[in-house]
Amino acid sequence: MLRLIANRILMAIPTLILVSMMIFGLQKMLPGDPVLAMAGEDQNPQVIATLRLKYHLDEPVPTQYLLWMKDLLHGNLGTSLRTDVPVTELIAQKLPVTLQLAVMGMIIAVGIGLPAGILAAANKGRMLDYGANILALSGMSIPNFWLGLILIFVVSVRWHLLPSSGYVAPSEDFWLSMKTMLMPAFVLGAALGAQLMRHTRSAMLSVLQADYIRTARAKGLLRATVVVKHAFRNALIPIITVLALLFGELLAGAVLTEQVFTIPGFGKLVVDAVFNRDYAVVQGVVLVTALSFTAANLLADVLYILLNPRLRHS
Amino acid sequence: MVIFSIAGSPPRKRRRGLAKFMKNRAAVVGAAIVALMFFIAIFAPWLAPFDPIRASFMTVRKAPDAVHWLGTDELGRDVLSRMIWGARASLQAGVVSVMIAVLIGVPLGLLAGYFGKWVDVLISRLADALLSIPFLILAIAMAAFLGPSLTNAMIAIGVSAMPRFVRLTRGQALSTKSEDYVEGARAIGLGDLRIIVRYILPNVLPPIIVQASLTVATAIIAEASLSFLGLGQLPPAPSWGSMLNSAKDFVEQAPWMSIYPGIAIFVTVLGFNLLGDGLRDALDSREH
Repeated sequence: MLRLIANRILMAIPTLILVSMMIFGLQKMLPGDPVLAMAGEDQNPQVIATLRLKYHLDEPVPTQYLLWMKDLLHGNLGTSLRTDVPVTELIAQKLPVTLQLAVMGMIIAVGIGLPAGILAAANKGRMLDYGANILALSGMSIPNFWLGLILIFVVSVRWHLLPSSGYVAPSEDFWLSMKTMLMPAFVLGAALGAQLMRHTRSAMLSVLQADYIRTARAKGLLRATVVVKHAFRNALIPIITVLALLFGELLAGAVLTEQVFTIPGFGKLVVDAVFNRDYAVVQGVVLVTALSFTAANLLADVLYILLNPRLRHS
Repeated sequence: MVIFSIAGSPPRKRRRGLAKFMKNRAAVVGAAIVALMFFIAIFAPWLAPFDPIRASFMTVRKAPDAVHWLGTDELGRDVLSRMIWGARASLQAGVVSVMIAVLIGVPLGLLAGYFGKWVDVLISRLADALLSIPFLILAIAMAAFLGPSLTNAMIAIGVSAMPRFVRLTRGQALSTKSEDYVEGARAIGLGDLRIIVRYILPNVLPPIIVQASLTVATAIIAEASLSFLGLGQLPPAPSWGSMLNSAKDFVEQAPWMSIYPGIAIFVTVLGFNLLGDGLRDALDSREH
């Protein structure tokens, strides 16, 4: 089992090296001289010379990459051209905000998706199944930023129930923080909940057809016991893998949600950086996102091995 | 992995697939929505009641009435006309970006699956690396570095969607290459390119078609998202995402500016999702 886990971790290394090459390559996609683009509108020759030296742009490209990697491995993601603050510091400031949004979004997604998927599978072909499917398909088809705008209009403008924008840290005022984050988290979680429902339904359906489920039913066990205790436990393995994949969508969805609700998180940082042409920040955010997504996938693989008795005892 | 079996199969099987598709009401509704949206996009110049770009300060943020059925925006432009023209940008982005993803992803997947060894390792690792950056984040980063425009948004979305097609095609090619008829073709001396094009590709096509129709839905949302962020279609040209971008500042004063473009995206994406689901059911040889 440990060898399997170690193998999986080792396999992630070349992927991460390729990711770093691609992110490094992004700056090479800039039309013309990247330094001129980075120097902004002033085009100050002194700034240009400093940037050229700082980014080792007179060196050959492979050397530039290796030097960039060396900095990266020392935790140096560069400095924001706009604010002159190290990118790692900027990310560290914004990450907790996005994590709070992501965790709340995931709780809502799981809270909607899992029960709806289980109920739909247990009632296959009945009205409940059709209803859940229609809701799931609609949830997947609604752009989350639009859902956010509509909710702001209905819940905040018309009903005055929840704040329409902003952010309050839980350490400042826990309940106000939850209240402010509830609508964005719902917007983020709804689409993921819809996808999770479809995956849960399909995983449950394949398990419910298994012989041991028929045996459990034949033994006279309660339908609910069979569905929850026998079927769901076994359907959980593919669902965990899907949750890891959905984590990537959660990060991407956070970019849009933060924009709609003016939340000063990771997503807002990258969008502002894009418009300020603060390329080091964009690269840093993409890298941290890729690292977290890879880590989530790795975690899912490890959990898969731990939860699957056949792999656990191998 | 879904196993498909109708490509290269007798026409009877294909007819059965079509009959199965036609029996699926949701799929037919999806196909009708998609057809309607293409009709609107193609005939936009004749269908739009007003010029979608010309501003009129006499009609700024007018609520829906008999003249402007869906109201006007912050520059007095007719929302319905902009939505009709916006269908062009959204569908164009959806279709072109998926074409980019298919045209790059399928050949790479065929090469990886058919030749295996280091070709497979190289291509698969590249696809894995691209897949480890979430779709929209990669599209945002690429659009940021390429510069904001609809063309660059389509390239960014296409490249981000490409690894899905690499993986799918590779898996199909891998299972098809050991079939007897492929071994037979190799035994009679056919070249690799001919075997790939004549024997492997037709078996790969059905899942690609299903994946493509579902990816168009994702690509339409991605284009709308990029345009919403200001990284896609540039003003004054209309797109549903950019309409929502300007509408977000007027949610309270002019809610109609937000409501209708969003409905347009929702209905179109739902259409492609229903169509994709229907195609999967019709082309899938497994029993659900």
